[in-house]
Amino acid sequence: MMKKYLGPLSKDNPILVQTLGVCSALAVTAQLRPAVVMALSVTVVCACSNFIISLIRNTIPSRIRIIVQLLVVSFFVILVDLLLQSYLYDVSKMLSVFVGLIITNCIIMGRLEAFALSHKPLPSFMDGLMNGLGYGLVLVVVAFFRELLGSGTLWNHQVVPDSWYAAGYLNNGLMILPPMALILIGVIVWGKNRVTEKRG
Amino acid sequence: MNIFLEQSRRDKTREAQLTPHKAKPQYGAKRSNALIDAIDTFLRTPATVTDGRCHVRDAVDMKRIMITVMIALAPALVFGWWNVGFQHFDMIYNGGSIATRWQCLWYGFLKWLPLVIVTYVSGLAVEVLFAQIRKEEVAEGFFVTGFLIPMIMPPDVPLWIVAVATVFAVLFGKEVFGGTGYNFLNPALLARAFVFFAYPSVISGDQVWVSGADAVTCATPLSFVMNGHPEAVPFTWNLFIGTIPGCIGETCKLAILLGAAILLFTQVADWRIMLSVFTGGYLTAAIFHVTGLCPVEAHDQLLMGGFMFGAVFMATDPVTAAHTRDGKYIYGLLIGILAILIRTLNKGYPEGMMLAILLMNIFAPLIDYCVIQTHIKRRQKAIGNNDYN
Repeated sequence: MMKKYLGPLSKDNPILVQTLGVCSALAVTAQLRPAVVMALSVTVVCACSNFIISLIRNTIPSRIRIIVQLLVVSFFVILVDLLLQSYLYDVSKMLSVFVGLIITNCIIMGRLEAFALSHKPLPSFMDGLMNGLGYGLVLVVVAFFRELLGSGTLWNHQVVPDSWYAAGYLNNGLMILPPMALILIGVIVWGKNRVTEKRG
Repeated sequence: MNIFLEQSRRDKTREAQLTPHKAKPQYGAKRSNALIDAIDTFLRTPATVTDGRCHVRDAVDMKRIMITVMIALAPALVFGWWNVGFQHFDMIYNGGSIATRWQCLWYGFLKWLPLVIVTYVSGLAVEVLFAQIRKEEVAEGFFVTGFLIPMIMPPDVPLWIVAVATVFAVLFGKEVFGGTGYNFLNPALLARAFVFFAYPSVISGDQVWVSGADAVTCATPLSFVMNGHPEAVPFTWNLFIGTIPGCIGETCKLAILLGAAILLFTQVADWRIMLSVFTGGYLTAAIFHVTGLCPVEAHDQLLMGGFMFGAVFMATDPVTAAHTRDGKYIYGLLIGILAILIRTLNKGYPEGMMLAILLMNIFAPLIDYCVIQTHIKRRQKAIGNNDYN
């Protein structure tokens, strides 16, 4: 029973396998803190909108279901956006448009179409939660390496000692740029495929 | 990389069919050991020959092509050693250098030696690792790449950065796409691009081009132009002979032309690419100069920075360049045009050659595709058979 929901964390990961949501994964992962906030936001939006759509799945006319889905998603996105602006203003500024763009995140629309429309509310909620977390997992891993190697910090605390800089160590400027995020995601996909291949 | 015919995919498969890539059984290794295999075939001629039907193969194999390219690079390298020393002593004694030629040469050689050792060790480590995992031979492809990388770095670049860049270039430029002969980007240039974007402070600005010049500004001709002092650019003769600050291998245009002659004489590089790069660059530079947008004369543009080195040794890499005859002209022309465009219009990147070649490497397969499609269409029209597909 549980196994079905754990798929998005590993062998059915939305970013690594379905290649969804890559755009925001490149944009918000230069630092760990915004990446975690982004991951949580997407998880909340995905789980809640899955739940609501599943509740009303039998009353939505199928011809206008996309519009209804968008309405529900944008409701939660605006909610999250306002919450971030009031309580985490600095992160909200860092994420800028990418919170608003959660509406267009293919993972959310994908789960609504593929799962919530045909399942009961509670499983739908779990599915949304797990897909959001699977997305967030990749975000956090990528952001960890990008912030560590690109800025020498983690969660805005300096972790690379000053003595290293004195000895000639330099932060890798490429890590701050989006291309390196794409390469990192590629490396994770590579490693994941190796593991999956071995297991058969 | 391989500036060298590590040939098209078709050739590679054919070779794979002819010579099984396995370690010799006398080592008793169950699994093919890439390192032992590589050392063995490097030192000795393998006794294994193809059986089956008779076939004739050209004596020009990959190793010979690699050696030809290295010989072609040698003049630029030896001059580079001398120039590194010359610029260093010239800067220290403020123009009144008393160092002899041999002192200059020795100083530059000692600057270059650690660079080339680090490049080969880190690059070959990745190559051997992948050959081992894939149970293939270590391809000779890295020999020229490893030779080129130190030549396109500033003399004082930190060694660990060279190691990181080399590993990055070999891993992501070549091995993930299938190894030697399958790379679509020139690995040596990729290593330089990595340093350029990841550690800009060691490869751009005015203080890195002369060895030992901490806090002393020794601008290259390109940065004089970028900063609006074109009058400070040395005379054309100095640009040509190469007594200017710059990367180790790129300064002496005379030596590069010598290398170009060797490459063209042995037909290792394609004259179409070289010719069209120079044509494209010259025409673009001339247009900029005539319209007054850039104060530098067209022939000086071709002599500054890495334009000539890139045109002769980088753009002509047979693996990453366009393969069709017409495609080579288009590919070369666009490299020349783009390099000058980037130099003159983008103030952030004084050296446009690297980015121009890498960009056109990416477009080379598309150019080939278009050329072939055009050709097919034309042939179809000629024979009047339009329902061919």
